[in-house]
Amino acid sequence: MFAFLSSQPVQTALIVGSCAALISALIGVFTVLRGNAFAGHALADVSSAGGAASFLWGISPLLGFLGMAWIAAFGMEFLGVRKARERDLATGIVLGAGLGLSALFLYLDVTTTSTTGAAVSVMFGSLFAISQGLIWPAILAVLAVFLLVGLFYRPLILTAVDPDLATLRGVSPRWMGLLQLLVLGLAVAVCALAIGAVLATALLIGPAGAAIRLSRRPAQAIFWAMLVALTAVWLGIWMAYESYYWFSGNAWPVSFFVVALIFLFYLLAMFGSSWHQKYQRRSIASLRRLQEP
Amino acid sequence: MFSSFMINTWIAGTAIALVAALVGYFVVIRHSAFAAHALPLGAFPGAAAANLLGVNPFVGLLVFVGMGVLLLRQLARIGRRDVGTGLLLVLFLGVGALFLSMTSEYAPEVFSLLFGEMLGVSDADLWPILGICALVSVVMITIFRPLLLDSSFPDLAALQGISAARMDLIFLSLLALVTASALPVVGAFLVFTLLVGPPAAAQSLSVHPLRSLLLAVIFAESCIWSAIALSYWTNWPIGFFVGMLGAGLFTLARSYRHWSQRERPVVQVSGL
Repeated sequence: MFAFLSSQPVQTALIVGSCAALISALIGVFTVLRGNAFAGHALADVSSAGGAASFLWGISPLLGFLGMAWIAAFGMEFLGVRKARERDLATGIVLGAGLGLSALFLYLDVTTTSTTGAAVSVMFGSLFAISQGLIWPAILAVLAVFLLVGLFYRPLILTAVDPDLATLRGVSPRWMGLLQLLVLGLAVAVCALAIGAVLATALLIGPAGAAIRLSRRPAQAIFWAMLVALTAVWLGIWMAYESYYWFSGNAWPVSFFVVALIFLFYLLAMFGSSWHQKYQRRSIASLRRLQEP
Repeated sequence: MFSSFMINTWIAGTAIALVAALVGYFVVIRHSAFAAHALPLGAFPGAAAANLLGVNPFVGLLVFVGMGVLLLRQLARIGRRDVGTGLLLVLFLGVGALFLSMTSEYAPEVFSLLFGEMLGVSDADLWPILGICALVSVVMITIFRPLLLDSSFPDLAALQGISAARMDLIFLSLLALVTASALPVVGAFLVFTLLVGPPAAAQSLSVHPLRSLLLAVIFAESCIWSAIALSYWTNWPIGFFVGMLGAGLFTLARSYRHWSQRERPVVQVSGL
């Protein structure tokens, strides 16, 4: 255990992973409540083009992910997502174009800069290979998101749950939508850095999806989501570290463990809460039967 | 460009674009874009597993995409459909990453599975692709009317005794078959653009089912043919051209409709 904690890559992985878990759990609850899981996933996928471009131009990968996520967010907003039934299509089209760009940048990475591992580390992440210089930007991103969400907590919740009511209360849906996309971009960038662009969706919607089933109160749901996300990330990092010994020298990728754990927790939350409901219903029914003469 | 090593790619591309447009038409009217994005990625570990075990990649693709369809229906039942779809997708991708990390040829393999490999169609691959495409077309023609009714007016379809659950299963299976045949050529990510881009563009130009279906086929064929040609000339990945052309077609069709509707403000009865 001490060998695990004193290793330098593990420390960086734990810090960046925790940042990703906290930020995504917070934003994920809003995303899932708004029914924006597909858009969140699309942003994450498109941000891979930014990650690939950052290898090409030698800039920080976090900036690459963030820039592309924001461009995609505004693209989706621009392509007319006012009608709910057309939102899926606009999202899909932006997603396709972004992935096409990503294909081109990754190809150019391989041919011009001879970084053959770019496709793997951009798409599926390499948490143990993150440079120490990215710790502070990741922490800053977390602080910025917590500050923004803290300031606009009530209008954000209201817009997510019931946009019409929010408009009646004088909340501008356009500004809230923009704010939501802004913080979603930040969350996606940190997650993409941690577990890879195409797997970032797991952190974004998995813990939140489970948490919303566990509690009806938004603040409680956010707490549950953070708990699930942090557990999955820490346990995943530890299992990936130990898997080097389990499989005699062939360590399994850390992103796989994180994603699998999140999926497991989601299933547990789903079945757990439905059993709980069934049990409650049965006890209420038996109480009624007792009261009847 | 039409030399012997390219012939298979042209034939496979044409067949794939045809069935992608047919199935994609229903992806658009059933609003299943997320499922159409998730299933190709669900098939991705199949190719990786087949590579690992040394079996025919088609077997792996079909097994995993079949598992994807079953799990997708189960997960949609127990929670929010979009969250379930997203989680299933990343789980399959994670498993794919795991399988690929076990092989020695990690990086190039990932790239060609995700973004397509133009020269990846051998003679042995061509026949399964053509077979699947023929099967999908035949099934599509047989169930066209009930599927169309179920997708556009579910209540009316239920009155006529068409089971919505069965239609959903058939539709997802067709989607899975198209996915498995298209994945080796255009890649897991860009199968989706081919499925959604041309039909969405076609439907913003015409509301008549058969006419927009025909338009979708024409768009899809021109999309894949120009992608193959451009990719041949520039040596850039085919996925880039498919993605960009799909998005370009959609944007053009949308702006054309927007513009022509502004010219003569007729109230459009959008039935489908």
